[in-house]
Amino acid sequence: MIKEPTKGSEAWGMVPIVLFLVVWEIASRSQILSVHYFVPPPSAVVEEFYRLTIEGELGVNFLSSLSRVLIGFCAGSLAGLLTGIIMGWNEIAHRTLHPLFSLFYPIPALGWLPLLIIWCGISEVLPIALIFISSFFPILDNTITGIKTVPKNYIKVAETLGASRYKVLTTVILPLALPNIFTGLRLTTGMAWRVIIAAEMVAIPTGIGALLMRAQSLIRIDIIIVCLIILSIMCLAFERFFLFMERRLTGRWSQHV
Amino acid sequence: MIEIRNLSLPLGDFSLKDINLTIGDGEYFVILGPTGAGKTVIVECIAGLQRFKRGEIWIGGKNVTGMAPEERGIGYVPQDYALFPFLNVVENIVFGLKEKRCPEKDMRETVGKLSELLGISHLLNRGVTNLSGGEKQRVALARALATSPRILLLDEPLSNLDISTSKYLRLELRRLHEVLGITTVHITHNLVEAEEMADRICILSGGKVEQVGALKDVFFSPRNDVVSDFVGKPNILHCETCNPLGHGLMEASCGGISVILPYEGNDAKKISIFPRYVFIYTGKPPGPELNRFKGIVKSIQPFYSLVRLEVEVGENLLLCEVRKERFEDMDIKIGQEVFLILKLTKLRVYH
Repeated sequence: MIKEPTKGSEAWGMVPIVLFLVVWEIASRSQILSVHYFVPPPSAVVEEFYRLTIEGELGVNFLSSLSRVLIGFCAGSLAGLLTGIIMGWNEIAHRTLHPLFSLFYPIPALGWLPLLIIWCGISEVLPIALIFISSFFPILDNTITGIKTVPKNYIKVAETLGASRYKVLTTVILPLALPNIFTGLRLTTGMAWRVIIAAEMVAIPTGIGALLMRAQSLIRIDIIIVCLIILSIMCLAFERFFLFMERRLTGRWSQHV
Repeated sequence: MIEIRNLSLPLGDFSLKDINLTIGDGEYFVILGPTGAGKTVIVECIAGLQRFKRGEIWIGGKNVTGMAPEERGIGYVPQDYALFPFLNVVENIVFGLKEKRCPEKDMRETVGKLSELLGISHLLNRGVTNLSGGEKQRVALARALATSPRILLLDEPLSNLDISTSKYLRLELRRLHEVLGITTVHITHNLVEAEEMADRICILSGGKVEQVGALKDVFFSPRNDVVSDFVGKPNILHCETCNPLGHGLMEASCGGISVILPYEGNDAKKISIFPRYVFIYTGKPPGPELNRFKGIVKSIQPFYSLVRLEVEVGENLLLCEVRKERFEDMDIKIGQEVFLILKLTKLRVYH
């Protein structure tokens, strides 16, 4: 039988992390490692994090990345959701647009970068467009799947009970498609952070990715680690947010559809 | 009244072939047939959930062929009940009433009445995902009845239930039908279900109506082999004379044999018994000489895990079924003399 995680088991999950940090700190300070110069202790990383925060450098770069992710992700998700609803619900729209989207979907988000640099130039539009693309296709695909896999009997019953086509969509199909849509959102939000960091590293002079690249050129391992930890926390936080929303809205029933 | 006129509908490899049916007002009509016979398609055509080019559906003297499902005044319960899992019981029941913009007060009244009638008052605020099969079925019925339909369409409503719940709900459905008097079309592949519920049945096979009538007519006078096979290939004995024995028993003379059966009266015309209730022995079985007959094996045919034997008894040819292993143990050959016992409690009478 699978047991639900308890507070105790969550606390137990912290043990390896704490152990890892302790071993890292000791190994780094005692200079056991021959490459200790390249592995600053966690305390030095925390110190650097504090300094970057106080001086505002981290905040400015973080907010740049965050705003790009939010704008690109929201616009891409919304467009993916609306197009997905139209394609999932209307067979003609699906048959018309599906071949086109199938052609674009396999292209990795960063594959668009050279083209977008030419089209948009090095501007704020570039990272937002990149995140838009990386969010649009997975959410489009999950929304179409969610709508198309709604068991037909629900639709038939709603029709016999007097629901119009529009009402069937809004009151039956979309609620039942939510688990799939949330899966798309959850996977895409982590992807958006990975894409923005990569884009900022390659082509954008501001943001966490750009800070990472500057730190690398100055061989500031502590700043690199700070940036990586922020990236990890943001990916995790966004994914957890959608997981929380998914469980709140569909957790009670999603496994019974 | 529901009338299906000349309905034909091709659906890939399968097609409904020239269906003509008339279902009376307040009738409990069962469409019986094997899986893939087209039962659900017919119900969906009545409900307006299937489009077709040939044929017409008339409800209450009105041609509803082109009408949308919600305009036909039907309540529909699909096989899996399709209760909306994101709504609780009461929200499921009022779904149709909300679509019809029914006033809040009327909704409350309807929910109260139906929940009492179906015994689900204690479930109203519960989620539907954790209800038992029987509870789900009653909630689905309440939802279908909430909009006061003229016709109730039940698509295999008891097939997902355990035997005891199914038996209980058969009685409940029948009671509900008597209380509401609503025209009901119930589809099933289960003969027992049809037998307990139907005013009339329709045997459907391969998209074709094979026979329509009261169950006993279909059972004792199957129109063809398809119907006979589907109802279990019963042995039919034609009674020449009947002699009441008292104590609820009757002796009937049928084609040179005398059968004792539990029946009060002297008007039995036919007697039937399923082949599985005709027991075969190679030697004379012990016990009283009651419904035991000597006969000659005329044919032997394997039938899935069984063997079917035709045995000539008097002027009758009785079909009996025996498990393959037992048949091999008995080593019966064509032309051999055997003994048959007809199970007393499984004899049915047509009068």
